[in-house]
Amino acid sequence: MTPRLEVKKTYKLYINGEFPRSESGRSYPALSADGDVLARVARGSRKDLRDAVRAARTAQEKWAAKSGYNRGQILYRIAEMIEDRASAFAEQLAAGGLTSARARREVGESVDRMVWYAGWADKFSQIFGNLNPVAGPFFNISAPEPTGVVGIVAPETPALLGLVSRLAPVIVSGNAAVVVASESQPLPAITFSEVLESSDVPSGVVNILTGSAEELVPWLADHMDVNAVDLAGASAEVTLRAQEGAVHNVKRLVGKSGYSDAQSPYLIAAFTETKTVWHPKGL
Amino acid sequence: MAKNLPAPKSLDWAYAPSRESTDIVKLEGRYGLFIDGKFRAPLSRKYFQTVNPATEEPLAQVASANAADVNRAVKAARAAFDNGWGDLSGVERAKFLFRIARMIQERSREMAVLETLDGGKPIRESRDVDLPLVAAHFFYYAGWADKLEYAFPGLKPEPLGVAGQVIPWNFPLMMLAWKIAPALAAGNTVVLKPAETTPLSALLFAQLASEAGLPPGVINIITGAGETGAALVEHPDVDKVAFTGSTAVGKRIATSLAGTDKRLTLELGGKAAHVIFDDAPIDQAIEGVINGIFFNQGHVCCAGSRLFVQETIHDRFVEKLKRRLNTLRVGDPLDKNTDVGAINSAEQLARISELVEAGQEEGAEMYQPACELPGNGFWFRPTLFTGVSQSHRIAQEEIFGPVLSIMSFRTPDEAVEKANNTPYGLSAGVWTQKGSRILWMADRLQAGVVWANTYNKFDPASPFGGYKESGFGREGGRHGLLAYLKGVDE
Repeated sequence: MTPRLEVKKTYKLYINGEFPRSESGRSYPALSADGDVLARVARGSRKDLRDAVRAARTAQEKWAAKSGYNRGQILYRIAEMIEDRASAFAEQLAAGGLTSARARREVGESVDRMVWYAGWADKFSQIFGNLNPVAGPFFNISAPEPTGVVGIVAPETPALLGLVSRLAPVIVSGNAAVVVASESQPLPAITFSEVLESSDVPSGVVNILTGSAEELVPWLADHMDVNAVDLAGASAEVTLRAQEGAVHNVKRLVGKSGYSDAQSPYLIAAFTETKTVWHPKGL
Repeated sequence: MAKNLPAPKSLDWAYAPSRESTDIVKLEGRYGLFIDGKFRAPLSRKYFQTVNPATEEPLAQVASANAADVNRAVKAARAAFDNGWGDLSGVERAKFLFRIARMIQERSREMAVLETLDGGKPIRESRDVDLPLVAAHFFYYAGWADKLEYAFPGLKPEPLGVAGQVIPWNFPLMMLAWKIAPALAAGNTVVLKPAETTPLSALLFAQLASEAGLPPGVINIITGAGETGAALVEHPDVDKVAFTGSTAVGKRIATSLAGTDKRLTLELGGKAAHVIFDDAPIDQAIEGVINGIFFNQGHVCCAGSRLFVQETIHDRFVEKLKRRLNTLRVGDPLDKNTDVGAINSAEQLARISELVEAGQEEGAEMYQPACELPGNGFWFRPTLFTGVSQSHRIAQEEIFGPVLSIMSFRTPDEAVEKANNTPYGLSAGVWTQKGSRILWMADRLQAGVVWANTYNKFDPASPFGGYKESGFGREGGRHGLLAYLKGVDE
């Protein structure tokens, strides 16, 4: 008997809840740690990036208008779905060079990290907001609001945990994201986009591009409809270029080059704006 | 297709019952005590009956825990605390609580029907209010379990140990959630006693907690009457007591705890003022007032039971209220149309009747709609009193039933004066178009929760609890954690 021929998955971009190829028609090979070609993945273009930003901007308002409880449940659902695909993730991470034990551990940590941030959805404003005791008959309250559309340069490694760790604090408060995936290990990010697609995350809230960070990040940093960029995964050169581009619309830049294992509510705060409301008290 | 259908001869808008099926609930004949992860026969060998207050039909036999049973439960909770729950990482505790929240969501219809069967509340409320809030409460505190170090600046989060918790019959599962979720999130273990008349949903919850894989002894559910509760709060190995119920029992508990190091939180009675200014959106205010006093048959500690209407609109407002009262559907709690269900017990019905008689004797004028009441079960018509004075018993004492005492006021100062003229201070309501006046009133009302242009709103993220004799401590929100963590001087 001839062995059954395997059907291979096509790895594409994730924009506005859909999985298009790059409009440029370009792709590049994703290599394993041993140098084998695992798959060819889309090499996102400037047009793809603009499409992603437009999708994010359109989705953001409704996403932010959901209750924190609702967003928390959706993030928790993402965690459930990562757990559900644990073996697929572990396989891809192992192909990237991890031992299978370490790969499985990274998947578990990614699930727990998503759960951790899920819990913040209806709590971070209780930590970063407060009543201000102003010297007058006024009710005065400050509360954080999402900043808007956030670009994320995902760390090259860890390919899954790094992505989850930088994405979760951005979307938990109601921002929408455009992610530039790990260039050297893009497969976990693409599988993660399939997790998002099946987790009740509204289309456009998270968009994931694969391709060259050197190409994509400057376009992201220059884009006038992006409010903030997380540079945790950017190289020193790309960071400098992004800092120059960010000036045009006074983008908030977060995250130094080089991924840290941080899990912190201050990362949520970094992508929020504080709004203060005054109201008189009196008859 | 549709265009070929003949037009109906006449549209009949008469009432059509829509009864929720009870098939989803499988009751056992007899329930033991849930101790150390298993249902166990009580050492007392005694059982009592729980009945459906809408029919007086018996539902099940439930164990009556005596002091020896309580001791067993507290020991199990202590062992669970010492053997790992207290030291389990926050993220693992969080995942247990998230799991419980998800399981409640999955079984919410079953739990809602059981809640209505055992307690008499309208299915519409147990389905649309109680159960969603129960799941949300576990979900909210699940998220705190691994973030306690961020909750209170400078406070190293440490659990207290074993919490003894006693809850009332008006919101059985919701009160259970308010007690258990923050206690477990903070790393404590619990022994909880549900009310004598509504034990079944807590026992179903115990099953669910066990299915969730929660370590044995982390949650223990013991059933019984007042003596069981007394044995629990007085047990020397209980570190924390949390009680929701009447002010009289709360004071007895506080007395029995005097001289011990036990931590205590009390959520007690209320006699909330609902203040309507003449610029209020009247129709919305009418709905708010109706919801404020007739939600859950008025068996609500924060019920808006004292209505203060500005004199200029008093008569018009009362007329509208009376008209609205006539549209309330009183009857079978399982009917999805029902607005006002059964009174929880014969004992509570007697108390409501006694206070309503006192209201009439003291000279207030009573109004009740002429609705038909079912033959069996415990029922009370929605009731209004006008011409109530501040000294009347119906203006001072908590009735805990569908009875509204209406008074009037002229100025905002007078409204504040009258609203605060009570030993209670749980909640208050204000209706006015003017924002600055809402905040001016909120500053002056002595109440733990002030609802403005709304009433009876609850959310796990929002703290709830009383001023004055309505108790101390807060449940819900970040503040709700404080009751289950060691303070700076412990």
